[in-house]
Amino acid sequence: MTDTGIYNEMHQNGGISAAYRNLDQWLDTMPADLRSLKQSEAEALFRRVGITFAVYGEGGDPERLIPFDMFPRVFTDREWRKLDRGIRQRAAALNAFLADVYGRREIIRAGRIPEHLVTRNEAFEKTAVGFRPPRDVYSHIVGIDLVRTGPDQFYVLEDNCRTPSGVSYMLQNREIMMRMFPQLFVENRIAPVDGYARLLKKTLASVAPEKCEGEPQIAILTPGQFNSAYYEHSFLADLMGVDLVEGQDLFVEGDFVWEKTTEGPRKVDVIYRRIDDAFLDPLCFRPDSMLGVPGLMSVYRSGGVNICSCPGAGVADDKAIYTYVPDMIRFYLGEEPILDNVPTWQCAKEDDCKYVLDNLADLVVKEVHGSGGYGMLVGPKSDKSTIEAFAAKIRENPGNYIAQPTLALSACPTFVEEGIAPRHVDLRPYCLVGEKIELVPGGLTRVALTEGSLVVNSSQGGGVKDTWVLAE
Amino acid sequence: MKLSIRHTSRYVFDAPVRGVVQNQRLFPALCGSQRVLQWSVNTPGATKGACFRDSAGDWVETVSIRGPVKTVEVQVTGEVETTDTAGVLRDHAEQVVPSVYLRSTRQTAADAALQALTHEALEPAGTQPLARAHALAGAVAEAIAYKPGETEAHTTAAEALSGGIGVCQDHAHALIACAHVADIPARYVTGYLQADADGQVHEASHAWAELFVEDLGWVGFDPANQCCPDERYVRLGSGYDAQDAAPIRGLVQGGTPAEHLEVEVTVSRHQQQQQ
Amino acid sequence: MLSRHADHLFWMTRYIERAETTARLLEVGARNALLPDISGGFRNDWDAVLQASGSVDAFLQKYGDVVQRNVETHLFFDQDNPSSVMSCLSAARENARVVRTALTASVWDAINTSYQELRQFQRTERSKFQLTDLTEWTRRTAYLVRGAITGTQLRDDGYHFMGLGASIERADNTARLIDVKYYVLLPSVSYVGSGLDQSQWATLLRSMSALGAYNWTYSGDITASKIADLLILNRKFPRSLVTSVEQSCEHLDSLARGYGSSTDAQAAARGLYAELADAQVQDIFEEGLHDFLGRMQSLNADMAQKVQAAYLQGLPA
Repeated sequence: MTDTGIYNEMHQNGGISAAYRNLDQWLDTMPADLRSLKQSEAEALFRRVGITFAVYGEGGDPERLIPFDMFPRVFTDREWRKLDRGIRQRAAALNAFLADVYGRREIIRAGRIPEHLVTRNEAFEKTAVGFRPPRDVYSHIVGIDLVRTGPDQFYVLEDNCRTPSGVSYMLQNREIMMRMFPQLFVENRIAPVDGYARLLKKTLASVAPEKCEGEPQIAILTPGQFNSAYYEHSFLADLMGVDLVEGQDLFVEGDFVWEKTTEGPRKVDVIYRRIDDAFLDPLCFRPDSMLGVPGLMSVYRSGGVNICSCPGAGVADDKAIYTYVPDMIRFYLGEEPILDNVPTWQCAKEDDCKYVLDNLADLVVKEVHGSGGYGMLVGPKSDKSTIEAFAAKIRENPGNYIAQPTLALSACPTFVEEGIAPRHVDLRPYCLVGEKIELVPGGLTRVALTEGSLVVNSSQGGGVKDTWVLAE
Repeated sequence: MKLSIRHTSRYVFDAPVRGVVQNQRLFPALCGSQRVLQWSVNTPGATKGACFRDSAGDWVETVSIRGPVKTVEVQVTGEVETTDTAGVLRDHAEQVVPSVYLRSTRQTAADAALQALTHEALEPAGTQPLARAHALAGAVAEAIAYKPGETEAHTTAAEALSGGIGVCQDHAHALIACAHVADIPARYVTGYLQADADGQVHEASHAWAELFVEDLGWVGFDPANQCCPDERYVRLGSGYDAQDAAPIRGLVQGGTPAEHLEVEVTVSRHQQQQQ
Repeated sequence: MLSRHADHLFWMTRYIERAETTARLLEVGARNALLPDISGGFRNDWDAVLQASGSVDAFLQKYGDVVQRNVETHLFFDQDNPSSVMSCLSAARENARVVRTALTASVWDAINTSYQELRQFQRTERSKFQLTDLTEWTRRTAYLVRGAITGTQLRDDGYHFMGLGASIERADNTARLIDVKYYVLLPSVSYVGSGLDQSQWATLLRSMSALGAYNWTYSGDITASKIADLLILNRKFPRSLVTSVEQSCEHLDSLARGYGSSTDAQAAARGLYAELADAQVQDIFEEGLHDFLGRMQSLNADMAQKVQAAYLQGLPA
């Protein structure tokens, strides 16, 4: 800890932490001109392979690059082992919760979670009730957003059970670092992450529906090339060697879903969808959806295809449900949570709401269903009028908001204009749930490039870093 | 009562389309008030696809037709033996808990007028749950006069109330909206209704609402006919609103031609053969 | 492979080919504009070029005056004109972007880099360019993309759909280019055989990179029948109609072999090829060159339609 109360992951009390020891020397070998040369080399590489990021509703260049910071984020093996266990535990509990709320509803009947939080939740899907997906897995790719506030203190900021994005950056950041700084990888024993695509394919294959015989045919369902994450969709399809399909490439006939191919219809067994529930099937959900496949839900419900994540999985990653995840872990797994939740006030509760309104200047307030860092208030960074305007919104619809203390997010050395400076970071590892629960050692580190900023979202000026886990 | 049903829906497109996919909820519900003696749903030219019983107990069949096709016809015929349960849905297997049906949709969202209607109706009704439900059904029947041809498939409950006229769909939507205001789970139900000789009954292909009444369970209310479903009613399926519960929900592929729908429904009392 | 992906690959190469043809048309126009008119002064051959590109009306509406500068803008930069080089290369890149993962890095690079260069041209002062800079750049781009495809793409079905797009478009374009010269450029039959006629033919040959081939293959005056023989019937010439159709046949045969079954498209291609393989120059002129070319174009289009139905829609009847 420094006197600002912010945990610097590399430098503490004049010393350098174990994880970053070798990187100190590396910095010495990097004069400013070499650094800027490497930085533009990295950018050219990103541009070349076409990794771009479209920002929702902001106009401008739809193919802009997400800023890449060359200074890696590092975890020791010991640090990672705890995260690894904690993430698996959480992913298991979230899936047990989904199987339960769409099945026997034991956690509700036991009075541990209020029924209305589940059944009146927007993400709760009536059509999923009573249906058991293969292996009882609902969320096959769980993205857990973590922040660090001290040497041993990590908090889970939120869970993503639908279709967490960003894993392509985790993979590409590593590729680019290996290409630009091979020596670093010789000097440090860095656990590889490139097994992710193989694991993902294995996970998806392991949840093929009952009616599938032989090797399951897998496809990634994308909203199309104008989606901000299209690059990621095509990247993953390519790495896994599976088809990247749009709704128009699929049709339902008889008991199955088929792809339109140059050799005629080909049956699809597992669909890794990157579109929202509401768009999956115009005969079941939004009738105006052009992105989905009419009849898809019927085939799913009758066991002809599996959809990953399952429709309705979003009910587990809602911010109102988030507060109950530690309880879920105790209830379903009989274990104590390994990773902590951030203390959270629910404005739906009268006492909590009063506290939040009295302390807005010190809190971060989020919309229950929001994402991407939009529609939130960062109290300490906001002026009085912004805070007052936000207070009015909370009073109008308290159930729509939760609040958390502003955490002193850890900082990691980052290349900036003037040289090297600490910038706040978070971490999103990707946990795969199928026959087994697995995750590769690493994740996506997002960094707030603006000095003092806590907003790491790439849609709001955040960047990314390669994330290392040092092998023993 | 033995009821004979013939129900034909003919979709005619003004230009051939590449294909049609339909979800059909055209099978009588398995419940205490009705027993299916014979039933068939036929869609000439269609490939019958995935079938399943959904979470709310409805039997759903998905059929697809490969074009080019200009006409799609769905033919339903059958016989059902019904008994009067005073509107109470008995012995119906479903897995969705009632609180799920507190959710409103675009068509069942309550505006200020629907809220006012609810509060006015409930004030004299007391606390007895069944009486409250009846009060709401009565208020809706009174506030929206039956008049066909004035409202559309997409008309909302609020629009129907402000216009003061509507058909069974509008009545059902309005009742669901009011029930939600009163924190009563409510849903949209589709089915058939046998027309009386006196011509009092409207719309053989019918819709009404079910409200969840404590101690009784789901109870049907038909504001359009100011009664609870009895032995003249055959229940098909349910949903949040007309779209969600639709007996036939289809999608045309390849073009957006004008579509013309012809529906013929007859529901008649079965004639006993005299020896 | 997915039908939609095959469709994107097919159109990607068609658009590259089309961009090249537009550039070649511009070359024909510019060169012919330098030739003296029979009636004195210089002829304005830009009309003919616009007619060949099928965009006379659109041009007149937007620009009015048929002068080189306007035609250049229209055929090179104008995104309202669907067959401008800019439109074609943008469309090629859009198609490529969707099927990024079906392309090798070299092919994507070739298309993407060219597109970025083109956008750079757009932002550059026009007086810095000669028309030939632009047309030569376009040809080089097409060679680059074609080379990258030939040199790096796996010989799978995707490769054959790319090849098919190129060969079908090229057959169409070759027929179109000959037709410009023969039907559109010459004002009346009395000019046939004149000095102007000779120069125009030479320009056509040059625009199809065929002048050298002509000189090596034939001797004496440039005549319509020798030209027709080279550009339509000569199997050694890479842009000839017969060679283009033969390539379509080869790609379709490879697809049929790979998929283990043949379709209407193979039959159509073989029929067209058989007719071209048997044809004699005299027969062509007897039918009338213009009519013959029109018929070939429509047979070629019919084959393309069958390719579309058999492979690219995904639901064979």
